[in-house]
Amino acid sequence: MDKSIALINQRIREGTAQVVTADRMPALVEELGEDRALKEVDVVTTGTFGAMCSSGAFLNFGHADPPIRMERVWLNDVEAYGGLAAVDAYIGATQQSTTLGDQYGGAHVMEDLVSGHVVELRGISRGTDCYPRRNITTELTIEDLNQAMMMNPRNAYQRYNAATNSTDQTLHTYMGTLLPNRGNINYSGAGCLSPLSNDPTFRTIGGGVPIFLCGATGMVVGEGTQHSPAGGFGTLSVTGDMKKMGPDFLRAATMHQYGVSLYVGIGVPIPILDHDMVRSTAIRDEDITVDLLDYGVPRRNRPALRRVSYAELKTGKIEVNGEEVRTSSLSSYRKALEVARTLQGWIQKGTFELALPTRRIDPTVSARPMRETALVPRVRDIMNTNVISISEDESIRSAAKTLLKGDTNHLPVLNRDGTLVGIVTTYDVSKAVVKEEKNQKVKDVMTTRVIKTSPDEHVDVAAQKLERYNISALPVVDNQNKMVGLLTAIDLGKLFGKRWQK
Amino acid sequence: MKLLLTFSKKKNREPVIAQVVKETGVLISVERAHIDSTSGEVLIDVPDTDAPRICALMEAKGITVRILEHGISRNQDECVDCGACVSICPKEVFYLDAEHQVHLRDERCVLCGKCIPACPHRALSQTL
Repeated sequence: MDKSIALINQRIREGTAQVVTADRMPALVEELGEDRALKEVDVVTTGTFGAMCSSGAFLNFGHADPPIRMERVWLNDVEAYGGLAAVDAYIGATQQSTTLGDQYGGAHVMEDLVSGHVVELRGISRGTDCYPRRNITTELTIEDLNQAMMMNPRNAYQRYNAATNSTDQTLHTYMGTLLPNRGNINYSGAGCLSPLSNDPTFRTIGGGVPIFLCGATGMVVGEGTQHSPAGGFGTLSVTGDMKKMGPDFLRAATMHQYGVSLYVGIGVPIPILDHDMVRSTAIRDEDITVDLLDYGVPRRNRPALRRVSYAELKTGKIEVNGEEVRTSSLSSYRKALEVARTLQGWIQKGTFELALPTRRIDPTVSARPMRETALVPRVRDIMNTNVISISEDESIRSAAKTLLKGDTNHLPVLNRDGTLVGIVTTYDVSKAVVKEEKNQKVKDVMTTRVIKTSPDEHVDVAAQKLERYNISALPVVDNQNKMVGLLTAIDLGKLFGKRWQK
Repeated sequence: MKLLLTFSKKKNREPVIAQVVKETGVLISVERAHIDSTSGEVLIDVPDTDAPRICALMEAKGITVRILEHGISRNQDECVDCGACVSICPKEVFYLDAEHQVHLRDERCVLCGKCIPACPHRALSQTL
């Protein structure tokens, strides 16, 4: 027997609604069977608490006297977007402080506001006839604002790919610190508690649906940006009144050497209308799988090392190519549970009613990559192909001569068939000369672990290598490790004035 | 017990730790060492009962010894129990309990400090 939303709401008002958290649903359905579960469960509450960068808030400050039309606005030295009416601004979570960098950002301003702390507002204007004032500095709390409307364009990812790093250097990413040589795995998301995993066809989640948002009642606006449910990566855009929120479920964070983000707590109540909803809310961590991606490859499509379920990720270690690697969550499962349980409590007390979507979310679409119209420079476009090289059995003296004659600081070392086996620099040769060891050859002083690039690599990626390893040239090799060119810091200069296009 | 030894190059050119091991027969485990041209800092772990003897001997050999009572400390107000620290720590100090709460095994901590910047919520700190 199917249930209507009206019946469920009536039970909520009467205080007789049966509400369970999503983590309990699989065992319940197993125990009772689908028919009895449909009869006995009215609402399943979900929850998630993790970093959601696409978050922010529209703020209205009220008018000053004489009035000002703020063109640029800062809150505690964090710039808010002022391209709106005179005293409206949008504070974005990831915007960083002009004075404190990644230690304080838009997310921290939001946390300070919901904590009731004083925030300094600075605004500037060129002045108009109706708004003559040119600058303003004042201190205010969230109480002083007319509105503080949280408006997050992308939250509550259905699931998220796990991250590891195959390079030999530590990487600092939005997926946290990734240790070298697959030293760890980071993941995010609440698995079976995740709102969208419990209704992947968006039957009950859509525009107009009331939700738990950062401790207050919020609402789903519609699909989130980059909504991509066809591949299992649906998102939501959500809104809520920040004046009713608190810091328990809204926390600023800094991903080391990446930047500021906001931890957002979201819970969606799911009405159990029919058998389909019983089945979709009985999803287990085992059923939700993601790719383990190698963040060592700085491209849009990172290679997947394996498929992994949230159940495996939550055990704390998984196997990758025969090696055990420890896992860490970046989102908090404890807080996600707290969200789901708080929402459960509200519904049981009769203070929170459910609604069906007034605007449906498309469960079939996929997000597209960016359309790029300008040519992106590759290493082949600016590399030097006229490269002087040396072989490993030559003497140090001969290497010194070659360096001088070629007016260069880098000599790639090649074997007979042109394969790159090492590199020597002016520094290596000078050091060998000072040491005065007899009969030293190139192979005794060369660097064999060469940092290199390929003709197809994007120049920005190669430039990042030069900076990260603090070197000034990269040998360019083809896929057989044959040398085809050399990219030096000087070649990067060709990018200016678009000379590389010629 | 964890002891932080500070060497100064001027005073010590002897293999002090090896000497102390030989003289006392106590097995010292070196957990972390940072030595450069002018000075050195070594974190060692010794059995609690032997610690006074080891301290006295090290000090007699010109080394500054400090007893480290605590590892990394966690600010409960900032921590959200995400567990980002768990896989970063080389000594497996952090773990999540059945209630998904982060706990520390203080005695394992060697104060390497790797977890401090890796915490998104700045909840971890080192009190030295």
